[in-house]
Amino acid sequence: MLVFALLFCLRAVAAAAPGSPFSSTSIFAPASTPARTIFGLSLFVLTVCALIFVVVGGLLLYAAVRFRGRPTDAGREPAQVYGSTQIELAWTVIPVLIVAVLFLATARVIHAIQDAPKPAAALDVTVIGHQFWWEFRYPKLGIVTANEMHIPASDPAHPTPTFLKLLSADTDHSFWVPELGGKTDLIPNRVNEMWLDPARPGIYLGQCAQYCGTQHAKMLLRVYVDRPADFAAWVGTQQRGAVQGAGVRAGKRVFETTSCINCHAVSGTAADGRFGPDLSHLMSRATIASGAAENTHANLRLWIQNPDAIKPGSLMPAMKLSDEDLDAVTAYLETLR
Amino acid sequence: MSTNAIAIENFQSAGRTWTEVLHEWVTTVDHKRLGLLYIGYALVYLVVAGIEALIIRIQLMHAQNNFVSPQVFNRMFTMHGTTMIFFVAMPVLFGFANYLVPLMIGARDMAFPRLNAFSFWLMAFGGLLLYFSFLGGSGLYGAGNAPDVGWWAYAPLGAKAFSPGHSSDYWTIALLVSGFGSVGTAINIIATVLGMRCPGMHLGRMPLLVWLNLVMSAMVLIVITPLTAAQLMLLVDRYLGGHFFDTQAGGSATLWMHFFWIFGHPEVYILIIPSFAFMSEIVPVFSRKPIFGYPVMVGATVFIGFVSMSVWAHHMFTIGMNSYANSFFTITSMIVGIPTGIKIFNWLGTMWGGRIQFKTPMLFCIGFLFQFLIAGLTGIMLASSPFDWQLSLSYFVVAHFHYVIVGGILFALFGAFYYWYPKFTGRMLSETLGKWHFWLFVIGFHMTFDVMHIPGILGMPRRIYTYEPRPGWETLNLIVSLGAVVQAIAILIFVWNLISSNWKGAKAGNDPWDAWTLEWSTSSPPPAYNFATIPVVASRRPLWDKKHPEDPDSRYE
Amino acid sequence: MSTLAIPITPAPQSWDLPDRGKVAMACLIIAESAIFTIFVVAYLFYVGKSLTGPMPSEVLETPVFFTICLLSSSLTVHLAGTFLKRGKQGAFLSLWLLTFVLGGLFLLGTGQEWHRLIYEKGLTISTNLFGTTYYSLVGLHAFHVTAGLVMLLIVLILGLAGRVNRAHTGRIEVLSMYWHFVDAVWVVVFTVVYVLGR
Repeated sequence: MLVFALLFCLRAVAAAAPGSPFSSTSIFAPASTPARTIFGLSLFVLTVCALIFVVVGGLLLYAAVRFRGRPTDAGREPAQVYGSTQIELAWTVIPVLIVAVLFLATARVIHAIQDAPKPAAALDVTVIGHQFWWEFRYPKLGIVTANEMHIPASDPAHPTPTFLKLLSADTDHSFWVPELGGKTDLIPNRVNEMWLDPARPGIYLGQCAQYCGTQHAKMLLRVYVDRPADFAAWVGTQQRGAVQGAGVRAGKRVFETTSCINCHAVSGTAADGRFGPDLSHLMSRATIASGAAENTHANLRLWIQNPDAIKPGSLMPAMKLSDEDLDAVTAYLETLR
Repeated sequence: MSTNAIAIENFQSAGRTWTEVLHEWVTTVDHKRLGLLYIGYALVYLVVAGIEALIIRIQLMHAQNNFVSPQVFNRMFTMHGTTMIFFVAMPVLFGFANYLVPLMIGARDMAFPRLNAFSFWLMAFGGLLLYFSFLGGSGLYGAGNAPDVGWWAYAPLGAKAFSPGHSSDYWTIALLVSGFGSVGTAINIIATVLGMRCPGMHLGRMPLLVWLNLVMSAMVLIVITPLTAAQLMLLVDRYLGGHFFDTQAGGSATLWMHFFWIFGHPEVYILIIPSFAFMSEIVPVFSRKPIFGYPVMVGATVFIGFVSMSVWAHHMFTIGMNSYANSFFTITSMIVGIPTGIKIFNWLGTMWGGRIQFKTPMLFCIGFLFQFLIAGLTGIMLASSPFDWQLSLSYFVVAHFHYVIVGGILFALFGAFYYWYPKFTGRMLSETLGKWHFWLFVIGFHMTFDVMHIPGILGMPRRIYTYEPRPGWETLNLIVSLGAVVQAIAILIFVWNLISSNWKGAKAGNDPWDAWTLEWSTSSPPPAYNFATIPVVASRRPLWDKKHPEDPDSRYE
Repeated sequence: MSTLAIPITPAPQSWDLPDRGKVAMACLIIAESAIFTIFVVAYLFYVGKSLTGPMPSEVLETPVFFTICLLSSSLTVHLAGTFLKRGKQGAFLSLWLLTFVLGGLFLLGTGQEWHRLIYEKGLTISTNLFGTTYYSLVGLHAFHVTAGLVMLLIVLILGLAGRVNRAHTGRIEVLSMYWHFVDAVWVVVFTVVYVLGR
């Protein structure tokens, strides 16, 4: 009814400008095989349900109108019917058949997605969920990054899908980028797997879907699907060591001598913490705090000074630095391209 | 010559002090008084949890809103869910069961009146304990407060490491205690139904409300204690250093999920089955026909009871089970929809060929039929696991289950209130206010819960205190929130109706609806002893037999 | 204000319904079985998954004697009930006391075993997954034995005061049902912990 009518209007909305922070995350705008397969199944299920609704709802409406009591009835009772075995059989058998059909269609899709073979050209990414940010490791490429994942576009003729291994460092999370596929949870002491193969380059948005604590709402996800050349360039940037910038020695000293290094890592320095995101290439990311704010000078400075102003309840403590130290360390971080 | 069930004048109402009245109510073991206590308790918590819902909806009206902090918001949705399930839905349904079951089987009280009272007070204490959490508790900053781990308290979020302080303990212990109360009531209902039916009332002649509460009670026995077990394990982890759900020691977070949902899924059937019971009593009376397919209705309910215990992991489709497990829970979840659908068809069959009277109870029942149909269909969508991989943990699910609970259970409950209030109080509820209540609530309900499906489809997860300004989310959330306000107004009208009709409502008499089950054969309200003499019955509709001696049901059963 | 009269329907020849007490105890047993099932499932799930020792095979000793005590107490409580039904209060009391003693011995044995495990083998509830699941499962059972012993004791005291006679057979049977259940659970726990889990 209302729902189904609006659904198809929304298909149009869903095709809004991809890549902007305000772009759509509709499950009805699939951009990857798992999402597309699910979308096909969902249309089938929706159609069957809509038909059932029309038939049964129609009969209900008809009964309510046709058999309404009239003042002329007063006192007389209608025929007292107790049941009918044939009718009961009929309206048992038909639902059984409908269920059988729906189940078979569903089982096919379950296997297609979950038991899909992994091609040799697949990219491996390990995703580790944290309260309240995402860690991405590319084991074969030696890359560690956070919150914004880059993967190559997959050409249907020569597929290069990305296979994700999902782990958690603390509590339960769920990886959900609706246009690329269904969600899979990240559960501590358990390894889950899923795969994506988007063909069209762009930015795809998502967020954590399993309540994980205070800042579950701002554990946002960005997946950058790059053309092969762009992906190679990105890999190159991430693989080299952190930039050792000149002119920010004061800031670097602040960074290395305060508790920053307990949580964060910057390659080539004393900082080797694992609790917070790897900052080696912080400035290659468009957002900070797992998407909670744009990566600008003001936001970065504010985040270090008082994280609660951007993401109250996040596990980054306010660093209580003097203004001078704060400016210095911000300047240092801004050299980490 | 028949004997009359004469109501003895209530001499006690004259000249008692308020302390004596209070004492009577606090120490009562009468199933009718306890039923009213359960219902009154649930109504209070309905308003409280409703306010929590309004706070949630105001916060979500706009993107990046800051009406409440994330910490407060997380407590709100946790408390809203926990309160509604355990301290609104369970008590109100137990309350109606308590009041009606003995009357409908021609008994004088429940099998164990003192256990009945004890069960009520356990549940009541549990609710108070849960809300004491707002004030009490010590521990780290922000941790000594109401629970904020969601009403499922997934591991390891409920562990000491992630939930310092005592907020999660209040959740655990409040539910543990009230769980014992639920088991006590279930035992009472079963013992009453099996052991205290009036002569002639074979199991096949019991009103469907009695049958369905029997099935519900059997389910309570089997599924509440798994939650108790899981909560005991959580307490062992939190206080004795145990490792049941300690993933650092090799424990499993998914084990909690299995245990919780082995309770949690059948629990929602425990809530809906009494609602089916209300439907099965009210629809026939206002269609002026007996229920269509009584044996099938019983059989379908028993079948639902069994199958509902095999579907639990459809709440866990995203945790990474293998394709065979996912397929299994898909098929069982779809199968459970079949007997449920059959029940809808049987209610339709009852209305078919009848002379339908659109009094307020029937309006709510018709609302139930349409809305439960839709809820069942969105349930089928969620049962299809790949579709669920997108829909799960999003506002689509929130819309689905509220459709069942509000559009289904609450509508049936409203019907039950309008239908049996005359029996409980001796007065009719105002039909005018009733119709205002119905139509306003229908409008508000559909504004909120129809629209709520859409953000889910657009990718909005649940349990988020705020959201990015993604296309459509703000407008849709605003409409959802406005619908909540409309529903709140309708509820206020309902509460006003309940209160004012107690004094100003038309006198009801024994049988204002011309109905057919035994509770309508005694006065409104019934005397303390229910019936002067225990009735003897020969069919499913003893009062029909009385009113139509030329054509009794006993001839056809 | 009068109420509707129900027509005189001939009452059925006999109208025997199940005893409420027995139905209630059967329901309680079902509910308790569900809680034990969950603890057993957790136990079996975690068999072999402890990250550190000690392991069951290293520390568990099969409590044969105490198991025999508990299981025979089922026999004695049954016989006690039979004697009471026949009015033989003396025999009833002796067998009831024997049941109490046997149950008490079982608890003693559990206590002894726990003492040995904690102080000699270093296994506590927080040691590892085995410790957590073992103490929880066996402890839950022992708690139910204790509750049963309390009820047996109450009846024993009332019996010694001469207040229990043939009319109370039904209630004694209900209590015996509970005691049989406790024993049946032990059979399951014993199998899971000392046979399968090792």
